[in-house]
Amino acid sequence: MSEEIVLTVEDLIVEFPTRKGILRPVDRVNFNIKKGEILGVVGESGAGKSMCGSAIVGLIDRPGRITGGEIRLQNERIDNISHERMRKIRGRRIGMVFQDPLTSLNPLMTVGEQIMETIRVHLKISEAEARQRAIAALEEVGIPAASSRVDAYPHQFSGGMRQRVVIALALAAEPELIIADEPTTALDVSVQAQIMALLKKLCHERGTAVMLITHDMGVIAETTDRVAVLYAGRLAEIGPTKDVLSNPSHPYTIGLMASTPSPTGSTERLSQIPGSMPNLRAIPQGCAFNQRCTKAISACFKHLPILEPVDKTDVACWLYDEAYKDEAAEQSKTQLKEGA
Amino acid sequence: MSENSLIKASDLGRVFDVSKPWLNRVLEGSEKQFLTAADKVHFDIPKGKTFALVGESGSGKSTIGKMVVGLLNPTSGNVTVDGEDLFNPKDKKAQLALRRRIQMIFQSPYASLNPRWRVKNIIAEPIKAFNLLEGKAIQTRASELLEQVGLAATDGEKYPHEFSGGQRQRIAIARALASNPEFIVCDEPTSALDVSVQSQVLNLMKDLQKDLGLTYLFISHDLSVVRFMADQIGVLYLGRLVEIADRDKLFEAPQHPYTRMLIDAAPRVDAFGRTADAVVGEIPDPINMPSGCSFHPRCPLANDRCKTEPPSLIKLDRAEVSCHAVEENRNN
Ligand SMILES: Nc1ncnc2c1ncn2[C@@H]1O[C@H](COP(=O)(O)OP(=O)(O)OP(=O)(O)O)[C@@H](O)[C@H]1O
Ligand SMILES: Nc1ncnc2c1ncn2[C@@H]1O[C@H](COP(=O)(O)OP(=O)(O)OP(=O)(O)O)[C@@H](O)[C@H]1O
Ligand code: SF4
Ligand code: SF4
Ligand SMILES: [Mg+2]
Ligand SMILES: [Mg+2]
Repeated sequence: MSEEIVLTVEDLIVEFPTRKGILRPVDRVNFNIKKGEILGVVGESGAGKSMCGSAIVGLIDRPGRITGGEIRLQNERIDNISHERMRKIRGRRIGMVFQDPLTSLNPLMTVGEQIMETIRVHLKISEAEARQRAIAALEEVGIPAASSRVDAYPHQFSGGMRQRVVIALALAAEPELIIADEPTTALDVSVQAQIMALLKKLCHERGTAVMLITHDMGVIAETTDRVAVLYAGRLAEIGPTKDVLSNPSHPYTIGLMASTPSPTGSTERLSQIPGSMPNLRAIPQGCAFNQRCTKAISACFKHLPILEPVDKTDVACWLYDEAYKDEAAEQSKTQLKEGA
Repeated sequence: MSENSLIKASDLGRVFDVSKPWLNRVLEGSEKQFLTAADKVHFDIPKGKTFALVGESGSGKSTIGKMVVGLLNPTSGNVTVDGEDLFNPKDKKAQLALRRRIQMIFQSPYASLNPRWRVKNIIAEPIKAFNLLEGKAIQTRASELLEQVGLAATDGEKYPHEFSGGQRQRIAIARALASNPEFIVCDEPTSALDVSVQSQVLNLMKDLQKDLGLTYLFISHDLSVVRFMADQIGVLYLGRLVEIADRDKLFEAPQHPYTRMLIDAAPRVDAFGRTADAVVGEIPDPINMPSGCSFHPRCPLANDRCKTEPPSLIKLDRAEVSCHAVEENRNN
């Protein structure tokens, strides 16, 4: 895989001013995506996954805005540019696929017209040629009888076929980056498998970088190269997918993996994490996970942990900090005694 | 099947009239249209056990669930609870007594909890409706139920919006338990919850089953969740049961091509970089169902017989399967 970095997100902060104070759905998030790489972004509902995606394409709802950090597309800052310039980047250099395909499709235009429009913004070619390319694009995403379906309207397609059309549309301008936000959550498993396989194949073939947002650990395992685990707007852990999922270091990732029912796991009892993710108004001081963490030590309640390499992943957790090693060891000893 | 079955669904079917309005039909010269949401569904659930229905969207899971609790009338077949006919009870009193013994939990705890009521009154409602307790005993019981589902008695004073999704599902469970039911239909009870919270609710449901001897009909589209919860599993495709099997048998040796496809297509947390075998097509339009075996347009084993003759369930060891290829011994 090429090491060329397509997207860089650095110390990103998104804030919403409200009458009761400032909310921070994204808090100092860092990651990058390389050419041809699929980065998964996973986390519970409200963790800030979609907000990260919206920040990148400049679509945060008012009055929310980016208040810190940088976003760069091929070394070019895109977090502080005009709406006009951002609009040109969206669709052309960054393609988008959302959960509901209808949000990305114009109900009044045939799918062919929509794909042709996108292609012609990007390439100076004749209408006839654009039409041929649109048909080829539909064929590529597996639409049967593409040369006649090209003149159909979005409502004439099934849910799975619509999502294929959206992928064709997102790829039509040959973007450098695709942001796919829960692209298969509304689809049946059999169709989900088809769509994920398609996305994976096309992006790897073309070297498109992909940010795949999902809450499904199975989809993450099968589709992504690296994964970022978000919790309460912060990165808990990031690294190669296999390392994060099969050998997690952050207590939240460990808990998440253990509580996911698997096709081979125990049928007696699932491991569980107590409590639930705090809402944005009630994020505790220090580590956002400290109320639910069975490993918490004194530092966790005072200071925000930052990402540091542990094994093969980067982890934001005080347990792995030299300064607290002894306390952490002491803590797990007492837990073992109490457990006995 | 077993002697001590509590719930028995026989030949259960439901057809919906999905015709356009009369005038449109006349103008367009179109026929009446019917949709078969459930067809000849049968299962037995032994006391204290969990039977799960699994299938993709539109396969008829909720329709069957609603019929089994008596919320929806079947167009054919029947359901018995402890031998008593759910839809033709002896009298009003018998009907009320039956209704008390069965409850339902839904996917969205928002929809099933009245936002303007305090939680303690939401939970007390079935107790009052069935005249189970009076006066102060009602509130004592409500507090007890809250604690049983892992909440605090003082939570009874709050309103539903003050709780997280998982806590609201706990409230819905407490409410379902309030009439001391023996049987609960759980329709996707954790589909709207995050995994870390889902595991809490699934564990709770299992604990309650053990403690109270509950019998469940558990509905889900998630095979891993179904595997965790169920003793026996029925796989639905377009309103028909294509396979019924004991849990382990279903996962270790699935027989029906559709069951195999479902198991194969489900994303697995331990299958790094896997690309599931390509499955062809999507679920067909339920109004114009394919002839013969309704899975034939997508089935790798389909032959001419499959296109014309609908298969019926045949009994195997710890399983029943509805497939010609299985019958003809050519599914391996
Ligand atoms: N317009 C808004 N105003 C204020 N807060 C918002 C707004 N949109 C989202 N939020 C909050 O920002 C946080 C992150 O939301 P986001 O939509 O990114 O979550 P998510 O991880 O995508 O969750 P889901 O899995 O449910 O899609 C949540 O707490 C949410 O309530
Ligand atoms: N009241 C109704 N009128 C007409 N058709 C209906 C009605 N209720 C359900 N159906 C149809 O019956 C079929 C089965 O629906 P049902 O809701 O039982 O499926 P399900 O398996 O629960 O799906 P999901 O996973 O989406 O909840 C679907 O095709 C649905 O459109
Ligand atoms: S920093 Fe502390 S509270 Fe946070 S995950 Fe690590 S041990 Fe737990
Ligand atoms: S009956 Fe025929 S079409 Fe249906 S599942 Fe069996 S082999 Fe496939
Ligand atoms: Mg989201
Ligand atoms: Mg349903």
